[in-house]
Amino acid sequence: MRDNPVLRIVAKIIIPVILLFALYVQFHGDFGPGGGFQAGVIFAAGFILYGLVFGTEALRNAIPPGLLRFVIALGLVLYAGVGATTMLLGSDYLAYGALADDLIGGQHLGIFLVELGVGITVSAVTVTIFLAFAGRNDP
Amino acid sequence: MNVAGLYNYWIVILLMMTGFYVVISSGNLVKKIIGLNLFQASVFILYISMGKVMNGAVPILREDVTTYSNPLPHVLILTAIVVGVATTALGLALVVRIREAYGSVEEDDIHRQDESL
Amino acid sequence: MLIEAINIVLLGMLALTALAAVRLHDLFAVTIMFGIYSLLAAVVFVVLDAVDVAFTEAAVGVGISTVLMLATIGLVGRHEQRPAHRPLLPLLVVAVTGAALVYGTLDMPFFADPAAPVHQHVVPYYLGKSPEQTGIPNVVTSILASYRGYDTLGELAVIFTAGVGVLALLGLRRRKRPAKEHPTP
Repeated sequence: MRDNPVLRIVAKIIIPVILLFALYVQFHGDFGPGGGFQAGVIFAAGFILYGLVFGTEALRNAIPPGLLRFVIALGLVLYAGVGATTMLLGSDYLAYGALADDLIGGQHLGIFLVELGVGITVSAVTVTIFLAFAGRNDP
Repeated sequence: MNVAGLYNYWIVILLMMTGFYVVISSGNLVKKIIGLNLFQASVFILYISMGKVMNGAVPILREDVTTYSNPLPHVLILTAIVVGVATTALGLALVVRIREAYGSVEEDDIHRQDESL
Repeated sequence: MLIEAINIVLLGMLALTALAAVRLHDLFAVTIMFGIYSLLAAVVFVVLDAVDVAFTEAAVGVGISTVLMLATIGLVGRHEQRPAHRPLLPLLVVAVTGAALVYGTLDMPFFADPAAPVHQHVVPYYLGKSPEQTGIPNVVTSILASYRGYDTLGELAVIFTAGVGVLALLGLRRRKRPAKEHPTP
């Protein structure tokens, strides 16, 4: 597949669009369909397309496995950290109202951070799973 | 008996049983996992069917709409789908390791090798 | 009424796809059937007003699941051994279980009944209070991230654990080739 010019050029054009769309889904999830879970999967799909067209070796060079391991945990820590922060601010665990002066602002900030954590972990886990399977029989 | 009113559930049960049948009748571990996935997807359809309200709208609030479908099953299933693919990947990883250890993914072959040890 | 008609046609197609997946023995074809099944399920979700779920199913079921299963088939081989005997016992088990479940549906509320118990408890509260308590029009997001934040944290932990499990089983580094391949019996 790596020698097919049509695939390579189309992939190069379409991958940035996929990643941009994933970011739109991530940050527009409050107002339309979307959110961290969908955005994470779509973001990972961009990387998976890169891995399918250019080979898993190229994907492994683009995102080093050490970084992936770190990012998998980062999203969960961000989510749990929002909860810990609201507790430190004197409210209940994951009660976002404490994050800002007014309830709505706090909710917006809290939901934004939590969805970001979901998106980060989901995309990193999906890319990791793909690399683990597709890179298994690399020469 | 209102047949149209229960049609959704019956089709879901048919799909569920198809997945169940693949799981218990097939000896190939990959096909078993695909059967589990069929079963899982049919459970998703069951939940979403229960959340539908007649003449309801998509649960994104607007000024001029009063009836919305039930958003709670949507939330449960939304997360379940992503969790489902993650656990499926774990199962497939186990299958890959079994293949590397036994040289086969057929249940009968694996049993035979275990007995000959 | 139109929605019910579309729904019935789609569910019929789902049933056909599932039955085709049972009858095929080439795992590549079974995987593609599963991809079609997921896509049809996503369309059913759109018809049933669950756009967020449809979005996820289209991305996960059709995209990621299919790629994962194809990668696995590439590693373990694509042909399934045909069963040596007729699967009468599994058929019997499936028929009995299915009959019991159909009997159970007779007490269920009808499809799309607004008076069904599932619509009466917490959901009116979420739908009514979400704008003033969270300021977010998409109720699915506000329930997911705010009202039921604990659930989502738990689900994320499951995904994290599954990712770690795959890493532990397969790893990301390239393996050193073993000196001799495993013998295939």
